[in-house]
Amino acid sequence: MTEVRPRIRLPRSASAGDSIVVKTLINHDMESGQRRNSAGETIPRQIINRFTCEFNGVMVLDAALEPAISANPYMEFEAVVPESGDFVFTWYDDNGEVYTATETFEVS
Amino acid sequence: MLTRRDTLAIGLGASAVAMLPVAAAATPVDDAIAAYTGGAAIAEGGVTITAPEIAENGNTVPITIEAPGAVEIMLIATGNPTPNVGKFTFGPGSGAPMIATRMRLGRTQDVLAIAKMEDGSFASTSVEVKVTIGGCGG
Repeated sequence: MTEVRPRIRLPRSASAGDSIVVKTLINHDMESGQRRNSAGETIPRQIINRFTCEFNGVMVLDAALEPAISANPYMEFEAVVPESGDFVFTWYDDNGEVYTATETFEVS
Repeated sequence: MLTRRDTLAIGLGASAVAMLPVAAAATPVDDAIAAYTGGAAIAEGGVTITAPEIAENGNTVPITIEAPGAVEIMLIATGNPTPNVGKFTFGPGSGAPMIATRMRLGRTQDVLAIAKMEDGSFASTSVEVKVTIGGCGG
């Protein structure tokens, strides 16, 4: 697999207390465990099984993901930004790896 | 040599066998729902699912679920080999109980979203998505 690279999209600006739309995507095969290789053997499951988003330590979204989530899992949701601060996004891989991304967001 | 009667019998047998997996397939979905709700009653409606009526590619079907007043949404693909798709829990920092993602659908089927409300009750809505090319193959 290629290197895992999270992508985050936040609005350019928002006022304190606004709800903003957060879009995230991470490149990952999300190998479902349903597929077989050319030799007929089942390809073992390897997916992102959990995704979380926090803003200044407050949980925004905690998602438990199954193999039915498409490759390169995309998540779009809304977060409240009471003040300026940091979004922390975390993806948990079946293989034990944890990928994180941090985005600073300034309210006006 | 096959008589007309034999042919009929074979046909009946074949259709009985063909119907078996359908009857068996209802169970994992019921199990998934029961595991989530603990057998509690589920109200109809209150959840909005936005998904294409016809998905050409079952590998990546966009879906948006909105459930005002919900603290969590469980998404179930009733026709997939494993029905659970994802469970989305909204924390105190959530701006609205909504989630948009992309999912795999193995075939034409009903997609079911169950919302867990603030008071612990459940509500659900399902929509049918027709799939041209399934998303579970190799």
